[in-house]
Amino acid sequence: MIEFSEAFGVAFSLLISLDHELAEIVMLSLSVSLVAVFIAIIVGMPLGAALAIFTFPGRKFIIVGLNSLMGLPPVVVGLVVYILLSRSGPLGVLGLLFTPTAMIIAQVILVLPIIAALTRQIVVELWSEYEEQLRSLGATPWQALPTLLWDGRYSLVTAMLAGFGRAIAEVGAVMIVGGNIDHVTRVMTTAIALEVSKGDLALALGLGGVLIFLSVGVNALAYLINKPASLNNPINKPTLFRSPIKENVR
Amino acid sequence: MTSQSILPLELRAVNFEVQGKRLIKDVSCTFEQNLRSIIIGPNGAGKSLFLRLCHGLLQPVSGQIIWQGGGDRDSARQQAMVFQRPVMLRRSVRANVDYALSIRSVARPEREAIIDEVLQRTGLSRFADYPAHALSYGEQQRLALARVWALKPQILFLDEPTASLDPPATHLVEQIIEAIHVAGTRIVMTTHDLGQARRIADEVLFMHRGRLLEHAPADQFFDKPKNEHARAFLGGELLWWHPKHPLHKPGSKKEICQ
Repeated sequence: MIEFSEAFGVAFSLLISLDHELAEIVMLSLSVSLVAVFIAIIVGMPLGAALAIFTFPGRKFIIVGLNSLMGLPPVVVGLVVYILLSRSGPLGVLGLLFTPTAMIIAQVILVLPIIAALTRQIVVELWSEYEEQLRSLGATPWQALPTLLWDGRYSLVTAMLAGFGRAIAEVGAVMIVGGNIDHVTRVMTTAIALEVSKGDLALALGLGGVLIFLSVGVNALAYLINKPASLNNPINKPTLFRSPIKENVR
Repeated sequence: MTSQSILPLELRAVNFEVQGKRLIKDVSCTFEQNLRSIIIGPNGAGKSLFLRLCHGLLQPVSGQIIWQGGGDRDSARQQAMVFQRPVMLRRSVRANVDYALSIRSVARPEREAIIDEVLQRTGLSRFADYPAHALSYGEQQRLALARVWALKPQILFLDEPTASLDPPATHLVEQIIEAIHVAGTRIVMTTHDLGQARRIADEVLFMHRGRLLEHAPADQFFDKPKNEHARAFLGGELLWWHPKHPLHKPGSKKEICQ
């Protein structure tokens, strides 16, 4: 049990001292994963909503495929991206291997199916509630799509967080395509893996603590952003407290 | 928008079925201009389906639904519907009305005045910036009415708009429907509330088991309904009579049916 108490100490001192190297790793972890999630949102949410609203041949196959892709093994994704980006690969000329960009590409592939599939699930339910009303107002499916995404925004935050969780916690893909190069592509998870293999369990656990702290931080932030409109806003429960002014209909 | 009317609306031998089960059977009727039609009948009579067929949300399996007037060729733009459970978009009261106007491509500068007017006339002005979901059920139904009123439809379908509202809220909703009618909109509405039917109706359509059994002016219908089922319904009898079960005729006191 000595590692745990030591790890707390290490994690604490790492955070307190704002260790430069740690800050660099944390920033890279955050920026790679946030950019990957952002791209996955831009592509995945309209895709998921479109799968919920439009009917076309082959739609069911796409949905089954998308749902299965949620469980893609990161190592396999890393390997495929590695082959595509390697010097002899089809995209080798871009020279992206072992760069943060390659890590972002791999994480987008991992996160996109999660965000698209969860969005589809959320929008399907919303669409069943809204369809008649929107069609009655005269909305085309193309007009309904942004409406549903906007009205599902509070639920969709969960899809974003699931995507972010997958990206920030993933080690296999970034390890392969990034290469865990110090000061270039070293992120939290690959740093932890490295310290474990070096035998410095306390430092590894300390880094793990920082990673979990980050993850909790992002989720707490999302909750706070989400909260005003759902729970905390007094005007969401005003019917009980409103002054009983008599209103007349002309 | 054209001022020419899309009415009258004519239904010719309209049938509708779901999975081979015929739910609307050979309905033919005509809705003339500027009246208030109330559709009554027991649960499962097909009243809501009938409204959705007229409004174009459902397509009949056979028969025709024809807008006879020479008005707007895109008749959907001249119609609107209020549902039993109004769908409130998760945005402010004002934005809910604005959304409907933007879908019908009303220019942005014109929208403000229309929104202010309908919110005022439905008594929702001071809730304009509230989230629509924060409104009480009765207020939400009024917002649904404000939203369709803003569209100035030539015909408005209402599917039991006051089901599960208390009497004061029902009264407000009825006043708004009346005001919309006075402003020149044809009303077609279903209800379970016979008192409401008497208050609103110019003409009554009585439906039972997917058939339109009687279509008559309100006075005539309530004084002397021709159809025996309509008589039984007005008399408060349960309409579980079925030709295959002749024992259960209207008026018999059996309580349980197959």
